Amino acid sequence: MSDTANTFLALLARDLRVLRRQFGQFLVRTIMQPLLFVFVFAYVFPKIGQGFRGGANGVSFTTVLVPGLIAVAINFQGIQAVALPLVQEFSFSKEIEDRVLAPVPVWMVGFEKIVAGALQSLIAAAVVFPIVYLVHAHGASPTVHIHDVALFVPALLFSCVLAAALGLFIGTVIDPRKITLLFAVVVIPLTFLGCVYYPWARLSPVLWLKYVVLLNPLVYMTEALRASLTPELPHMPVWGFMLALVGGSAGLTLVALRTFSRRVVT
Amino acid sequence: MALSSAPAAVDAPIRTEDLRKVYGHGRDAVVAVDGLDLEVTRGEFFGLLGPNGAGKSTTIGMLTTTVVPTSGRAFTAGNDVRRSPAAVKRRIGVVSQSNTLDRSLTVRENLYYHGRFFGVPRRQARRRADALLEQFALVDRADAMVFELSGGLAQRLMIARALVHEPEVLFLDEPTSGIDPQTRINLWGILNDLHRAGQTILLTTHYMEEADRLCDRLVIIDHGRALALGTPQELKRTLGADTVITLTVEGDPAPLVDEARRLEGVRSAEREDDVLRVLAPRAEGVLAKLVSAAAANGLHVRDASSQPPSLETVFLTLTGREYRE
Repeated sequence: MSDTANTFLALLARDLRVLRRQFGQFLVRTIMQPLLFVFVFAYVFPKIGQGFRGGANGVSFTTVLVPGLIAVAINFQGIQAVALPLVQEFSFSKEIEDRVLAPVPVWMVGFEKIVAGALQSLIAAAVVFPIVYLVHAHGASPTVHIHDVALFVPALLFSCVLAAALGLFIGTVIDPRKITLLFAVVVIPLTFLGCVYYPWARLSPVLWLKYVVLLNPLVYMTEALRASLTPELPHMPVWGFMLALVGGSAGLTLVALRTFSRRVVT
Repeated sequence: MALSSAPAAVDAPIRTEDLRKVYGHGRDAVVAVDGLDLEVTRGEFFGLLGPNGAGKSTTIGMLTTTVVPTSGRAFTAGNDVRRSPAAVKRRIGVVSQSNTLDRSLTVRENLYYHGRFFGVPRRQARRRADALLEQFALVDRADAMVFELSGGLAQRLMIARALVHEPEVLFLDEPTSGIDPQTRINLWGILNDLHRAGQTILLTTHYMEEADRLCDRLVIIDHGRALALGTPQELKRTLGADTVITLTVEGDPAPLVDEARRLEGVRSAEREDDVLRVLAPRAEGVLAKLVSAAAANGLHVRDASSQPPSLETVFLTLTGREYRE
């Protein structure tokens, strides 16, 4: 194996070592939000008779939520796993100064961060799935099945890469002193306007919003998972979200690797 | 063009040709390094000495590929830093100014993973980590997380880490700034041992004493330019004086300058505020005459001393200003 590939794998091994050590933390930050969400909306709400009628054709709200909350977990984890450590490394810990001295081109150090982030997003999706699938009140069970593996696998993988690339981009451009704004300005708007709690197609009554949210990468993740897991619900055409996921992953990766290189080599 | 004929690789561990770095553009441009020519030989302990802001860190940045030169060329471990940065990185160890240890890993893991980044096979990386823990007296703390380490231990670990992959050139960027005197002396011992074992080392420092003690050769730089290059002894000899006499008076020592210059053997005499500094072959006679000249001019002498010349005197002579660490 080439020296470069060896170094790349060693960088990845280091990140996985750290993930293993901090797996408890990883679980807590991954699980809490979706767990509370399904607990309140899929369990408490039906119990107290405060209902939502989610999708069309009598599809339960929990069915709408499953792909949405998995996409949120992917997106949130990608940003969190890549951007937050990077911001720390750029500001007080300076670890990045040593990492870029690894004997590979600098862009590859950034690329490894995307791969490690995408892996964490994938694990987050796997962890969140049983929770959002299983936690609900009697009679409110979601209808979920992978109806097309050939669609589901690329949809899932590209969602993870897109989220991690977004994380690298944010981590390299945000001013470390303003990191506290990350959630207010980025994560929360992306989540609430990410077609998580409603299918994109049902936004037609608020037409301007239907088009504005197309700027939100999370929309394509939720729609892609919706098309793969809950095809009964209306969703964006496959070519639409796949184009956005693949094109967005490639484009954002290239941009983020550039901003990363510029940040570490002066 | 002359530069195009320059080789793609050179034999010296470090070589620079008219190396320049300018930050910013137009009116805001700041010249950090201004035409530096250096050549470090194998096994040499080479020092880059200068006050803060002289361009030392920028130079080290260019030699270690994290700063891109504006013009000129630099070769590290035989490779052009601009053309083959990955090849350069593979052959160097860098101890940077700030603590860049991996806070998410233990002491041992810092060494192990660093070795793995540089292609050291697993078992060998483990053995190498153990050997370095031993050599740097870190065995007791091997399984501690690095954020628990004191400044001195973290420093030692940084040096150990830079050595895991047995680099051709070891770079140390102001390794002793901000650490206590005891730790500094320990560190000097470690660096001397490495040097004796044949390690090529480039050290930047703003401590004159450190450069004097450790380096085979050094370059004094200020405002990005090399002012003088040689062994510490050679640099001090360039003053042509064996002693530096310093007289501190109450008042302006200006009238003493001319009188001092007239004294036999005096190489130079300068004044800065209330201090008169005279370079002479010896102190005997000269010092006494200066003190009486001061009395004759009605100047009260607060302090008088004579010392062998230091690198500080060299810097002062070259720049005409005090060296401020």
